[in-house]
Amino acid sequence: MSWLFLRLWTVLVYLFLFLPIGVVMLLSFNANQFGSFPITGLSFRWFFKLADNDAILRAFETSLLLGSLTAVISTTLGVLASLALVRYKVPGQNMISTLLIAPILVPEVVLAVALLLFLNALSINKSFFLLLMGHVIFTLPFVVLVVQARLVNIRRDVEEAAMSLGASPRQTFLQITLPLLAPAVFAGMLFAFTISFDDITGTLFWKPGGVETVPTQIFAMLRNSISPEINALGTVMIILTVGLPLLGIGIVRKMSTKSGE
Amino acid sequence: MTIETREARQPWILLSPSLVAITLLLVIPLLFIVVYSFWLRTATGADQAGFFLDNWNEALTDAFYRDILLYTLKIAAITTVACALLGYPAAYFIARSKGNKALLLLLLMLPFWISYIIRTMSWINILGVSGAINSILISLGIISEPIQMLYNQVTIVLGLVHFLLPFMILNIYVSLEGIDVTLEDAACSLGATRWQSFLEVTLPLSIAGLAAGGLLCFVLAAGTYITPVILGGPSDAMFANLVFEAIITQLDWPLGSALSLMLLAVLGALVLVYNHFLGMGQLMKGLGK
Repeated sequence: MSWLFLRLWTVLVYLFLFLPIGVVMLLSFNANQFGSFPITGLSFRWFFKLADNDAILRAFETSLLLGSLTAVISTTLGVLASLALVRYKVPGQNMISTLLIAPILVPEVVLAVALLLFLNALSINKSFFLLLMGHVIFTLPFVVLVVQARLVNIRRDVEEAAMSLGASPRQTFLQITLPLLAPAVFAGMLFAFTISFDDITGTLFWKPGGVETVPTQIFAMLRNSISPEINALGTVMIILTVGLPLLGIGIVRKMSTKSGE
Repeated sequence: MTIETREARQPWILLSPSLVAITLLLVIPLLFIVVYSFWLRTATGADQAGFFLDNWNEALTDAFYRDILLYTLKIAAITTVACALLGYPAAYFIARSKGNKALLLLLLMLPFWISYIIRTMSWINILGVSGAINSILISLGIISEPIQMLYNQVTIVLGLVHFLLPFMILNIYVSLEGIDVTLEDAACSLGATRWQSFLEVTLPLSIAGLAAGGLLCFVLAAGTYITPVILGGPSDAMFANLVFEAIITQLDWPLGSALSLMLLAVLGALVLVYNHFLGMGQLMKGLGK
């Protein structure tokens, strides 16, 4: 197999992955009155229209709140569980690991139906709370995987050194472990937020009538037809969800080099 | 309390919030819908508790559900094979490239951060009646009227491949990365051609990654709800659409429970087979990347 063929193939695969997204961004700046091809000029009108759209702004608020709460809860649970799995010998470790990633292995529709019906039987109807519980449970496995991968790199002997120099377990945790843990916590939160912000299938099952997140709002708008506003919204989301994590990675890199890893 | 018992209890204290959450929000709800699937929907309102086989009878014998299940599995299988064929050479290139490996990997992660629904609907801009391809063909004078390319089985597969390809490439990459490069050279120095050494050394050693990627692609494709709605035609409903229809539109929760469990059983069996032969380790490696 020649190297040139592989290179060409890879370029085509990447084009396939990114070209459609590029077209979304391109069209969102199109001045054409229908927002479709041909490209007639550069314009920001679709973004202004977007900023005037109350439904979309409300959806953004809901998504941001839901994503942030999910990130905090899911990361708290995930970091604690990961600490237990990485730091201690727990009997039945494999079973526990499998259980923790089970929400990825169960198809999302099935998880959505089960949670909806069970909480309904407990008189918890479709609500923001149900939405939050759903997002927590299905971001948890990703947080556990990401945080575990980071935790393995934290060397235990640094903590032991602190203790042998007279630090109490509490001091050791607050002054040594926690700062070393920070990049893992940060990565977990970012991951949970992004997954929650992007979720649509579960959300469609759990959301109460009238409440929309950004993806379900886009979904509802697509029912009519593709409008240039959707492309503009897509562009905003791409900038948010790609730009922010890239920034995040930069910060994590900085933090971990500073903490001397 | 001795120090030993405290040491032994600590991990359980750390694990308990997650385990409680998984139990309350996943395990018990799944058991609950098993029970619910035997209940009966009544015309008057509240579902009747009991042990009725009606829903299972309908879900398992009605040709309508069986055909859609088979259609769903077919779409998932085509998607998985397409991802493997498209993804393997790319993963191989990334694993063996020297200079720009980090950049290629970073680019591969980007789609995960871009909204699934945006990525799915982006194909409307490409294939739609006023999309890129039609516009280009018309302006070149090749066609005079736009061609309808959207809303069929092919576009569903296209959308799914676009969504799942990064999973496949990453999983194959992880397993290729673990193979000693000198093995291929050794095979070559012993007289194998490049192609032979790939087929007999590298490919077998990367099967674990291929299988992990394949499992992910298949399970995610078979459970998809959004892609057929956005890129499929009216007759292209997949199994998750049936479940949504039963639960949300018709409010037939007992039947919806039975249908959900059917999907879970089929895909769960696949996961179990995978776990039996390969274990979950490889899958977690690929996901944790």
